[in-house]
Amino acid sequence: MSARDWLLADSPASRWQASAGRAYRVAAALMRNPLSVLGGAIILVLLLTALLAPWIAPYSATGQNLSARLLPPSAAHWMGTDELGRDIFSRVIWGSQITLTIVLLVALISAPLGLLVGAVSGYFGGWADRALMGITDIFLSLPKLILALAFVAALGPGINNAIIAIAITSWPAYARIARAETLTIRNAEYIQAVRLAGGGPIRVIVQHILPLCTSSMIIRVTLDMAGVILTAAGLGFIGLGAQPPLPEWGAMISRGRTFILDQWWVATMPGFAIIIVSLGFCFLGDGLRDVLDPKSEGRS
Amino acid sequence: MVEAKCEGSSLRKRVILRCQVLVSIEGFFVSLEQPTAAATPLPGSSGRRLRRGAGTALSFAVTLFLTFIGLLAITFFIGRVIPIDPVLAVVGDRATQAVYDAAKAEMGLDQPLPAQFLNYVGKVLTGDLGRSVSTGRPVIEDLSRFFPATFEMATLGILIGVALGVPLGVTAAARQGSWLDQAIRVVGLLGYSVPAFWLGLVGLAVFYARLRWVGGPGRLDIFYDGLVSPVTGMILIDSLLAGETDIFLNAVTHLVLPASVLGFFSLAYIARMTRSFMLDQLSQEFVTTARVKGVPERVVIWRHAFNPIRVPLITVIGLSYAGLLEGSVMIETVFSWPGIGNYLTTALLNADMNAVLGSTLVIGAVFIVINKVSDVLYRLLDPRAR
Repeated sequence: MSARDWLLADSPASRWQASAGRAYRVAAALMRNPLSVLGGAIILVLLLTALLAPWIAPYSATGQNLSARLLPPSAAHWMGTDELGRDIFSRVIWGSQITLTIVLLVALISAPLGLLVGAVSGYFGGWADRALMGITDIFLSLPKLILALAFVAALGPGINNAIIAIAITSWPAYARIARAETLTIRNAEYIQAVRLAGGGPIRVIVQHILPLCTSSMIIRVTLDMAGVILTAAGLGFIGLGAQPPLPEWGAMISRGRTFILDQWWVATMPGFAIIIVSLGFCFLGDGLRDVLDPKSEGRS
Repeated sequence: MVEAKCEGSSLRKRVILRCQVLVSIEGFFVSLEQPTAAATPLPGSSGRRLRRGAGTALSFAVTLFLTFIGLLAITFFIGRVIPIDPVLAVVGDRATQAVYDAAKAEMGLDQPLPAQFLNYVGKVLTGDLGRSVSTGRPVIEDLSRFFPATFEMATLGILIGVALGVPLGVTAAARQGSWLDQAIRVVGLLGYSVPAFWLGLVGLAVFYARLRWVGGPGRLDIFYDGLVSPVTGMILIDSLLAGETDIFLNAVTHLVLPASVLGFFSLAYIARMTRSFMLDQLSQEFVTTARVKGVPERVVIWRHAFNPIRVPLITVIGLSYAGLLEGSVMIETVFSWPGIGNYLTTALLNADMNAVLGSTLVIGAVFIVINKVSDVLYRLLDPRAR
């Protein structure tokens, strides 16, 4: 029996085989869509770049070389150098670590928070639901960027506070999704069975409801990542996110602003990195949605 | 039934509220149509319709009020968690304890938090947002001076976005799968992945520094500055009122680039949404019927398919407009545009909290009103939801 047959078996022998088979089917469906393959490749490159930054980057991210200031792109400096003679290509490479950290931490904070709020709200209903969804709706109808700016202003500039501020403003969308999913499954027979068997609300929510919310959550988080990257870069650009000399892409664009008219490469190069990575998340998210949520295939 | 209905409206909110995200449009229509179709009252029940209208108005007022209170609570909370002691900032750190206590009592900070919050709400309602540390003027005065510039830019931006985005979206849907459709999809995705401030910078470098097609940063060239006395605060209107065509043309060259950058983002969003609304309509049976009857394709697209999507489009345009007010924060910094976004970022960097919270409140309030109004418009205009 080949590995493929084992993965696609109609009656998997173990739970592990079943989930491996499902992962294989999702991956195979993703591979059929060229754009999601491209998106996945971009994210993979981002991961590898972040992990291997010390070996890929030809120069240090912060080492200054004042005799090589503001050099245009060349064979020695692929993206040119900035006003302190730092190699922009190396800084973009190192910056991928910061971007990846922000994206991962925001996802790790806001998605579980939203999941929990939504699942509790949907499962219990009544007053808990009204109160939690009221708060969620208020957050949803406020401008995210402005709110994040105000939070960072209050907490103080810096990358950690930027992450907290973005996470605070992005959980409500996840709460909405989790609530909608919970409402559709909370009266399902298998949930009744767990309750009959004596499972308490915590057990039901954590073990039997949350796992079913994950696929729509993964789609949404992936699609949101582009927005998170843009917000983080925007905070860096305004000067409230990552602080110098950290090679954060938004902050790098902000530094290059002064030279945009004569030394265009200082500000534009990090921008390309932002665009490519954000596009990667968009492509992958679109592809994932087509696979995991086939209702909406090819629509948007 | 009630549950399903709630879910429908929340889904719709979720879909459209957050301009950045593309959620399943399918779910949107399914969830919308099912509950409303089932809940549509029988013909001739105008009394019930009236009562429902009153109910809608009441629930609209209540949610609007609650959302405002939520916004106020958030700004109040932010104002309280700042690490800087507001009393020390006023009296200085060498003040004696007596002076400190007196100042604290005068600022109302010795009262319990709920009382402080009520106090704060009262102040905001009377238009007292405190005094800006950096300009020395009351924040509300600053904001009313800066707001017209933002309004002018965002309005031109949405005009560009609608004028180009709707036809592009319709064309993309009409020729689904063609290279034009693919190109419009890419533009739509770029709208979600290009940083606005970066696009502004690149635009300046290309169209101002290199090609000299547009004016540079600011609203006017330096020698025109201050020649027109502000009436509405919008330079295009003020210069026309004063009959200064030169200044008007100059203002146009300055405005066109930032407005186009904003317009690009609303174009991307509007085109994407229009396309998916249109695809939904074009797959309906009445479109097939019209085609079978031999109606010209142009009429099928622009009348049969386009007419039903005008209502959801209004919502999309409203939300995109609200998004532009927010997006202008980034753009204004790049273009030194003397609007509310620029005011906010300057205040942020100077830790001028009164100004920060005041701008947050004003932008937030405008955002909420546009959001809720387009939500209500949808309900009022959509015959199925009546």
